[in-house]
Amino acid sequence: MYDYYLTIVLAPLAAAIIAGLAGKKIGRAGAHWVTILGVGTSCVLSLLVLRNMFWGGAEPENISVYTWAVTDGLRMEVGFLVDRLTALMMCVVTFVSFMVHIYTIGYMHEDPGYQRFFSYISLFTFSMLMLVMSNNFLQLFFGWEAVGLVSYLLIGFWFKRETAIFANLKAFLVNRVGDFGFILGIAGVVMFTGSLDYAEVFASADRVAGQSIEVFAGTPWNAMTVICILLFIGAMGKSAQAPLHVWLPDSMEGPTPISALIHAATMVTAGIFMVARMSPLFELSATALAVVITIGAITAFFMGLLGIVQNDIKRVVAYSTLSQLGYMTVALGASAYSAAIFHLMTHAFFKALLFLAAGSVIIAMHHEQDIRKMGGLRKYMPITYWTALIGSLALIGFPGSSGFFSKDLLIEAVKESHWHGDGAIYWIAYLSVLLGVFVTALYSFRMFFLVFHGEERMDAHTKSHLHESPWVVTVPLIMLAIPSAIIGWFTVEPVLFGGYFGDAIVVRQGPDVLAKIAQEFWHGSLALVLHIHKSPAFWLAAGGTVTAWFLYLKRPDIPETIKNKLSAVYTLLENKYYFDDLWIKGFAGGGRAIGSFLWQKGDQLIIDDMLVNGTARTVGRLAGAIRQIQTGYLYTYAFAMIIGLTAFLGWLIWLR
Amino acid sequence: MFQSVLFYLFALILLGAACGVVFSRNPVHSVMFLVLTFFQSAVLWLMAEAEFLAIVLVLVYVGAVMVLFLFVVMMLEVKIEAAKRGLTRYAPLGIGIALLMVFELVQLIWLRGQGFSGTSGFAATPEGYSNTKALGAVLYTEHVYAFEIAAVILLLAIIAAITLTMRKRPGLKVQDIGAQVSVRAKDRVRIVKMDAEKKQ
Amino acid sequence: MIGLEHYLTLAAMLFVLSIAGIVINRRNLILLLMCIELMLLAVNFNFVAFSRYLGDETGQVFVFFILTVAAAEAAIGLAILVVLFRNRRSIAVQELNTLKG
Repeated sequence: MYDYYLTIVLAPLAAAIIAGLAGKKIGRAGAHWVTILGVGTSCVLSLLVLRNMFWGGAEPENISVYTWAVTDGLRMEVGFLVDRLTALMMCVVTFVSFMVHIYTIGYMHEDPGYQRFFSYISLFTFSMLMLVMSNNFLQLFFGWEAVGLVSYLLIGFWFKRETAIFANLKAFLVNRVGDFGFILGIAGVVMFTGSLDYAEVFASADRVAGQSIEVFAGTPWNAMTVICILLFIGAMGKSAQAPLHVWLPDSMEGPTPISALIHAATMVTAGIFMVARMSPLFELSATALAVVITIGAITAFFMGLLGIVQNDIKRVVAYSTLSQLGYMTVALGASAYSAAIFHLMTHAFFKALLFLAAGSVIIAMHHEQDIRKMGGLRKYMPITYWTALIGSLALIGFPGSSGFFSKDLLIEAVKESHWHGDGAIYWIAYLSVLLGVFVTALYSFRMFFLVFHGEERMDAHTKSHLHESPWVVTVPLIMLAIPSAIIGWFTVEPVLFGGYFGDAIVVRQGPDVLAKIAQEFWHGSLALVLHIHKSPAFWLAAGGTVTAWFLYLKRPDIPETIKNKLSAVYTLLENKYYFDDLWIKGFAGGGRAIGSFLWQKGDQLIIDDMLVNGTARTVGRLAGAIRQIQTGYLYTYAFAMIIGLTAFLGWLIWLR
Repeated sequence: MFQSVLFYLFALILLGAACGVVFSRNPVHSVMFLVLTFFQSAVLWLMAEAEFLAIVLVLVYVGAVMVLFLFVVMMLEVKIEAAKRGLTRYAPLGIGIALLMVFELVQLIWLRGQGFSGTSGFAATPEGYSNTKALGAVLYTEHVYAFEIAAVILLLAIIAAITLTMRKRPGLKVQDIGAQVSVRAKDRVRIVKMDAEKKQ
Repeated sequence: MIGLEHYLTLAAMLFVLSIAGIVINRRNLILLLMCIELMLLAVNFNFVAFSRYLGDETGQVFVFFILTVAAAEAAIGLAILVVLFRNRRSIAVQELNTLKG
């Protein structure tokens, strides 16, 4: 299997290098063939690995590939930890990446940076695989930063657009905030355990949990809580949890394929994956989990609300992604790691599908992204229409779709997780995810109806050119639609209740909510679908869909009225709760103000002017004064010697 | 008693000659006064039984250095007007410094010398004591390295003085001894074979 | 009796006189050199007197070396003087201020 793992990781890297460095030589076709081949190889091998895990009963493997450095007992290694969690993530990453590669041929075929784009997404696949397959914190951090780098490169792929440059800078800086917490967390791990290796760290986790650390003198905190919260800050940055979410909507400036791959399916779920991977640590700190669940709940509900007022097709999906990431985070906070990972997987499929469908629409509309200028696309783009419908249904949790299983059970898990107490945290989390379902249905179908149904609001020129996208676009849509629709049926039982993850995920805090659900609630997939009328989530989703239908198809005049009546709320949503202002004007502006103050007063005035030039000036003036003594006449010097001699004699006589 | 009278007499002449060195308007006179000063010093050193140094002072200083001074003074023809004294500006300061120094030295010699046997005269030297011999014994044993260094310093002074003052004037016709010595006969004499002239 | 103190007093007077000479004759380089010789003579007086007083010849050895160095110094000083005079046709000290800062 060792060769498999190496091939899985290195095939995309090799493809990226070839496409990136020799892009001109191999041409456009060569670039997409080599990268698709690389990622395809990874995908097939990952599926083999998963099959071995799932049916072959293969044991988790922890392999050290290369020792990079050993310093003071701290080993820095490159290694692979391939257990079932990793295998699942590998398949999700490589499969979505594979689909996106194919899709890109159609989406980017006119772009001059064709080869560069393929090189970047292949490089991304490599980085993401390094991240998920890592067996130590250092490699995790490497992957973490590498995906961040590629994300930065791809958001700013059209580097001649002002907005794209702004967006990628913003993504980069906001991620730095998270990464700073992350690396502090890793430093904390090293400080308390003296190791970077997962296995060793987890083995000594209990010992760490008993210790305390004084970040501020006089207030001892539990070491594990500090480490977990710091690690979670990293996850907040990467997985765009409030208040570090501001970069994700702006990242839609990048080409749509990477929005699907990086900013919906894979990279943004790295934080979720990381917390699940660190479950042996998080389980030891109730405080950290309470923080996780609160942040997740806030993100899940409030970011969903923003999706309702957006008019850019990609931004609607982006806010939907934020909201769904919030769901996963809530599940993590409720110790239902399996549910989070399960939702991560289904979400990867249907959200990638939705993004690619949105991209297909954008191609047809000649890069018009405003949904107010679309409508009635159903008859022009049947394949896109049906696949988008499947994606939307999966997103809102239509019974039987993949999203239904993951989201419904996630909500159930949150409902059952009483170990944070029945106080505010429980109700915030539960109500957020529950009401979030209604919001999800509302914005999903608002977008769906505005784009595919209703009157055709585009201009005549666009309308005359409307047609279905080429096969390289539609095939990935179909390929993603299939798992979006059906994968829940046969994976939900083993993943959530069958103990699929084995040792990869540890639940120690309080009762295992998923085990409890399995006992009291679970009677098989079919039973769950048939008993749907008992679930409040179903009725909320249905309500949301109907509301969307009523507001945007039946009576399109009502939303305008509501907007005018609730102008205060609308303004708040329109300005995204003023988070952008807080970050850009508050922190970034404040930072710049401090910087320019230090620059002008601290550096230029004090250091340059007073210290550096001031020293020289003082010496110059002093020398100018002393220079007067140097008359150049011999007798002056002789006289000075005599005075010195007299003084010396005086000192000898009287003072000594 | 007689010795004291002689000492005061010679000391008086010494100080007078020193004053002459300092205050005389003509540099040549100053040099002559300096010679007198050295002579008196030599005499006083003789009285302190430093015979060797007294002789060296006369021979070396008066015989060589003072002659050199005199030579330079005469060669340079320093005009008396040019060397006019500028007592006006620095005199108060100079006098002040000098007085301070006098005060300090008085302090040092008299006030610190209370209960000090310096006034009672020097102890008598042992029988058969030879200053030159004793000095030589010390100089060539204990201080032989310093002695060698002194010799090198003198050599250096000779070389330095010559190097400084030597000059090559352009257009000066001098003999090149080296060229003269290394000359060969064939460079100078050319033997020419000629046919004998016909008898007329 | 004539003792150490007499010699020391004489040396001190000679020394102060030579200092006064340096201040007074500051315009004339040759006289400056002569005053320095006088100063050295005063110092030598002290050495001789103490050597005699302590019965130790080392002091006289010192005088010997001082005389040597002073002779060398006089020779080089005068050589410099001659070169100076040759270059500037003057040894007036007030014209020598190229060291002025």
